[in-house]
Amino acid sequence: MSGTYLGMPAFPKAAHEAVHNTTLRGNLRHATHTIRAKRANAVAEMSDWAELREAGKQIKDHTLRHLDRYLVRLEESVQAAGGTVHWAADADEANRIVTYLVKATGESEVVKVKSMATQEIGLNEALEAEGIAAYETDLAELIVQLGKDRPSHILVPAIHRNRGEIRDIFAREMSEWGRPAPEGLTDTPAELAEAARLHLREKFLRAKVGISGANFMVAETGTLVVVESEGNGRMCLTLPETLISVVGIEKIVPTWRDLEVFLQTLPRSSTAERMNPYTSTWTGTTDEDGPQTFHLVLIDNGRTDTLADEVGRQALRCIRCSACLNVCPVYERAGGHAYGSVYPGPIGAILSPQLRGTGSEIDSSLPYASSLCGACYEVCPVAIDIPEVLVHLRERVAQGGPVTERGDKVVLKPAKGHAAERAAMRAARWAFGHPGVLRTGQRLASRTRRFHPRTLPGPGRAWSASRDLPALPAEPFRDWWQRTNGGKETGK
Amino acid sequence: MRVALFLTCVNDTLYPDTGRAVVKLLTRLGVDVDFPMGQTCCGQAHYNTGYRQEAEPLARQFSDVFREYEAIVTPSGSCGAMVRELYPRMGERARAEGRGDTLARTLAPVVPKTYELTEFLVDVLGVTDVGAYYPHKVTYHPTCHGLRSLGLGERPRRLLQAVKGLELVELPGADECCGFGGTFAVKNADVSAAMGLDKVRNAESTGAEVLCAADNSCLMHLGGTMTRLRTDLRPVHIAEILASTEEEPLK
Repeated sequence: MSGTYLGMPAFPKAAHEAVHNTTLRGNLRHATHTIRAKRANAVAEMSDWAELREAGKQIKDHTLRHLDRYLVRLEESVQAAGGTVHWAADADEANRIVTYLVKATGESEVVKVKSMATQEIGLNEALEAEGIAAYETDLAELIVQLGKDRPSHILVPAIHRNRGEIRDIFAREMSEWGRPAPEGLTDTPAELAEAARLHLREKFLRAKVGISGANFMVAETGTLVVVESEGNGRMCLTLPETLISVVGIEKIVPTWRDLEVFLQTLPRSSTAERMNPYTSTWTGTTDEDGPQTFHLVLIDNGRTDTLADEVGRQALRCIRCSACLNVCPVYERAGGHAYGSVYPGPIGAILSPQLRGTGSEIDSSLPYASSLCGACYEVCPVAIDIPEVLVHLRERVAQGGPVTERGDKVVLKPAKGHAAERAAMRAARWAFGHPGVLRTGQRLASRTRRFHPRTLPGPGRAWSASRDLPALPAEPFRDWWQRTNGGKETGK
Repeated sequence: MRVALFLTCVNDTLYPDTGRAVVKLLTRLGVDVDFPMGQTCCGQAHYNTGYRQEAEPLARQFSDVFREYEAIVTPSGSCGAMVRELYPRMGERARAEGRGDTLARTLAPVVPKTYELTEFLVDVLGVTDVGAYYPHKVTYHPTCHGLRSLGLGERPRRLLQAVKGLELVELPGADECCGFGGTFAVKNADVSAAMGLDKVRNAESTGAEVLCAADNSCLMHLGGTMTRLRTDLRPVHIAEILASTEEEPLK
């Protein structure tokens, strides 16, 4: 994944900063609560939502089960339509392929459609290292790029910014990249949008190479699909002479018929719209219309390893709607950057440790970045049981176990830093396995209760920094039960 | 009807009043309640923290202790969800890992017989008015596992609305997690505390005297936040409200 995320601290540390940043908290709270309410209304309009959700899940599971077959079918269809297909095992290989393709055109700049796949592989940085400038044309991606920032949301990468901050970024940075922001730019949405429109229009008309991702790929015809709200993506897809699309291998649907399901569930889940303002589809090349050269770069980058895991593979159903981010109370307070990945929020917490492995500090902390409240599962339009996968990954981190790495079965050791917890869990299990032991412990605690502090030392300090512990009762329930014969004798 | 009370390790150790309230309430409704002394913990903390190997013997123990009863009643949506939702999953995993279906067969009998308290009252006993009296302004927090795993729906609210003297007020953002989340409260203490604070502030904004829920672990986290804030709001378990009567009111 993107080199910009290497060396991120573990989630709790990164979240600590965000929780105390009141501007960020305010921006996120406002944005997520607004979209949350709208999504609920957009979904409530559909009497067959439960069936659509189940259909989406089944289509994705079927496709993943036969992914090899559908990928071959897709390749044949794309080639038949005049496109070229490239296969990339990892981020480096994908970046090498794209850089080579751009250089072959003789160009040194490209325009980009907003794409999670290219963010995931760090394509912009790779192109920059080879002297190629990549211009993001999605409004929110533009804000992130101009602000030398990182995206913090799948759908709205600049969700952590408010209008005033965006105005300042435009006024300060636009001239570095092209057409400057108009004099006296205010923070009204219309003025900000117009400034971006003028700045981007120059780039659309000049660019000879466009780079995109895709929301879906239809295997039967080799058609790629991008859904968006602004139309900037469609400009990138149609104006340049060469189009390079970089797409994860799990984005396939078998037929157009299958696409119908997702074109209903995706917009309602993501932007709370009944349909996307722009749905663009392209199939290979067409004489005298659109790009005359088309390349499809299919990336694996940890996906087949994820597919090998029976519980974790459901993460590959994800259609990147970001509904789970918008309802997540942890995301709302920690912000997207704390997840150390282009995939933040609940889906990021299960996807990143699978695509990248649980070796790093950030990746081994992500499965714990959830209270397991289940709101993410409830809104997921393809029914990914995110809490189930989180617990599954916690087990992998805490206890180790078999995983697939680059196609090979290996057995992981438990991650570092869990020895004390593991010992405590074992001790607790032993005590709970012996009711007499538990009872002795309870009695001892009750009898010494006057000496108990309301705040704790060691790991418990994290609890008592902001909350008081409850006072221990004089008598545990089981002693009362026995003393009073279930409340039938002597008092309460 | 021979019913076993599964009190949960948290309630047994820290909140015995909730257990006494359940006994009082169910006895008043004509139920013969037993408390099997062999019970300890359902294994949820282990399971959800990633220690399934440690949770499995506790689940087996749970089944051994409770399998003979007609019904198992617990005043905890979270521990109820552990048995009902996650025990079958533990059995499936054991089978998928080639360990046969012994675990699944051991756990199966207790799964459909385990009820969260409000579910038991409404669905099994068929009552919503339990003859309670509690003259206070109350707001209700539907805890996540009760809400989403067990689907308790309107049952707790219907029970509270039938309590004489009780004024039930809606909690803004009721469906949002309070931030407890078991070991999450320690592992991600900053985020957990921020979530708890928002929940308490929302409850305060209703003007209620009492924040009621069907899970003492969530109430422990919220209650700890309340005492720190020195607010007049109090955490009370729903069982204690439902057990309260004019003759013996909850203080």
